[in-house]
Amino acid sequence: MGKGFDELLQHWKGQKGNVIPLLQKTQELRGYLDREDMTAIAGATGKSPAEIYGVATFYSQFRFQPAGKHTLKVCHGTACHVNGAERLDLALKTELGIEPGQTTEDGQFSVEKVACLGCCSLAPVVMLDQEVHGRLTGDKLKKIVRRAVE
Amino acid sequence: MTEIFVGLGSCGIASGARQVYETLQEELTRRKLQIPLSVTGCIGACHREPLIELRLDDGSRFLYGELDPEKTRRVVEEHLIGGNPVEEYLIPLDYPYLSKQKKIVLANCGVINPESIEDYLAAEGYAALRKAVTSMSPEEVIEEIKTSGLRGRGGAGFPTGLKWSFARAGKGGKKYMVCNGDEGDPGAFMDRSLLEGDPHAVLEGMAIGAYAIGADEGYIYVRAEYPLAIKRLELAIRQAEERNLLSSHILESDFSFEIHLKEGAGAFVCGEETALMASIEGKRGMPSIRPPFPAERGLWGAPTNINNVETLGNIPPILRMGGRAYASVGTEKSKGTKVFALAGKIKHGGMIEVPMGITLREVIYGIGGGIQNDKKFKAVQLGGPSGGCIPERLLDVQVDYDSVTATGAIMGSGGMVVMDETTCMVDIARYFLSFTQSESCGKCTFCRMGTKRMLEILERITKGEGRMSDLDQLEDLAVKVKLASLCGLGQTAPNPVLTTLKYFREEYVEHIQNKRCPAKQCRELLRFRVIEEACTGCTLCAKVCPTHAATGERKAVHSIDQHLCIKCGLCFEACRFNAIEIATGVEA
Repeated sequence: MGKGFDELLQHWKGQKGNVIPLLQKTQELRGYLDREDMTAIAGATGKSPAEIYGVATFYSQFRFQPAGKHTLKVCHGTACHVNGAERLDLALKTELGIEPGQTTEDGQFSVEKVACLGCCSLAPVVMLDQEVHGRLTGDKLKKIVRRAVE
Repeated sequence: MTEIFVGLGSCGIASGARQVYETLQEELTRRKLQIPLSVTGCIGACHREPLIELRLDDGSRFLYGELDPEKTRRVVEEHLIGGNPVEEYLIPLDYPYLSKQKKIVLANCGVINPESIEDYLAAEGYAALRKAVTSMSPEEVIEEIKTSGLRGRGGAGFPTGLKWSFARAGKGGKKYMVCNGDEGDPGAFMDRSLLEGDPHAVLEGMAIGAYAIGADEGYIYVRAEYPLAIKRLELAIRQAEERNLLSSHILESDFSFEIHLKEGAGAFVCGEETALMASIEGKRGMPSIRPPFPAERGLWGAPTNINNVETLGNIPPILRMGGRAYASVGTEKSKGTKVFALAGKIKHGGMIEVPMGITLREVIYGIGGGIQNDKKFKAVQLGGPSGGCIPERLLDVQVDYDSVTATGAIMGSGGMVVMDETTCMVDIARYFLSFTQSESCGKCTFCRMGTKRMLEILERITKGEGRMSDLDQLEDLAVKVKLASLCGLGQTAPNPVLTTLKYFREEYVEHIQNKRCPAKQCRELLRFRVIEEACTGCTLCAKVCPTHAATGERKAVHSIDQHLCIKCGLCFEACRFNAIEIATGVEA
């Protein structure tokens, strides 16, 4: 595998509590976690691959398939919920044809459901890649999505 | 000297504060003005973001809100150069949202530059740590905290001084001090704002705690969803180490304390202290049975003390002002202040700090300015998925641990979400339960399966398929889930259901008996219809309808095919003539 990954393993080897940081850094490097990398992390940390997979699947941050080019995180915090976050999911479903947790066939978009982005006074909000868009309606969100592919 | 501060917290940035900051940079350079431009944390008035503050030579201060690049240029032109404040964008000093608060923990938030240790030092920063390390014994520090009456701000309200004394008594040479920043409640962002706005205060509180309990190593556990907080903490730790305020032989004493930053990986249950420790150790974040308590056997088997971010933020001010002075704020059993994230259907939302003992009514109407669009208040939700919904008739309840608990809700970590007549209480119960159900770690059967069954019942009711016996079954399951769960997640998960059943039972009954959602939120119970007299035939609804349920010729009355309609509400949002109505309930 790539050079960066080997360096990661070397850097974290022997440090206490290294499993989660290793998984996080690997995902940062690759975009997702695959079987081979998790097996290598198991080797480096002296744990079984099953244990590593068990930890990785416990936390919602880790993904096991590559993400789309753009990621849409729909906030489902309480404030966003009472301000219509579910309508945003529905708008994305009709626009992109996918549900939260899925990626479009052309690999352009992944949609995720997140607990709270902490921008409650701008509810409902969606994070497109690194940018937070607030006070959305289904129609506004569709326009943002269309603009992203242009 | 004149200075400009721009609020660059996450909310500010999302509202366009960075563009305002860049505009100011350009304007100052273009006009060759030598005015320092600083970044500050969350000023708290999130509903007026982006915010900037001008502090003039004569000590006067001007707060501007809802700026954009164009308005910013006007402020530079007219106020900075011309000397005339731009009244239209100015937030008055007696703005009730700001003037009715009492700031102890947030005193520096939105005032100092969180990326500058000099700013923090100038605001008496690290004076409390110096006092503790150079002139107090660990026991004296613990006594001072006990005198202050401080209770844990993470939600449960355990007395902090007592917790520290347990950890101090813990046996073994190695001990850990942990800061819990795994703020997972949806609708809560107090810890994020404090970490972004005043990271050194939390580090100082941790160091004082470590000194008191005898720990030499510590962890801050922060959600990975908070990148800005993480970045500012990393910087703050480095700055404090350079100044010998952290790391070895702090302030030339025998006390050493090293802090590591741990990024959470997304699991709500990790806010529970035993689960949080498992997560730091690199395991699945599942809670374990207590005793042994963390103070006896915690992280890697060593005595460990865990405090919430806001609790630790209170420590430096307590040592500076003295425990007795701190205890003069608040009520008999709840001392000091509490930070809340005020959100939902409120006019003025944001991050606020209020003295314990203030009533909910004062918070919602006095500070928050009442309900958006002057709709009718229905409930306020406290404590997130572990809390409950408090109805209008209890609005004069005081905000303190014991009074809030008596309503069936909990104080919680500080989420306060206001709901109006358009919020469905059954849907809210379903919403919170779907959250706790999916976040249950699965260890305890009643939490894993009980919440699932409860969720199924609630889903059934929101679809109009409920039975009256469902209500008894919900209550029965709720009690069992509370009793048979190991950790706080399961023990409190039924609270949103129980409080809504207690205060809003008639809404459940409406859903079951009349297939009617009074708030018009439960999709399966709604019908979208065109009001013929109001429809102008503009075709907009037909254009936005994703399933071609809304159809019609230009300039002719449109109609919606109920069989095709998926009730997404896009037509309702799009119609400019209020020609689409939402009906619910059995047809007369």
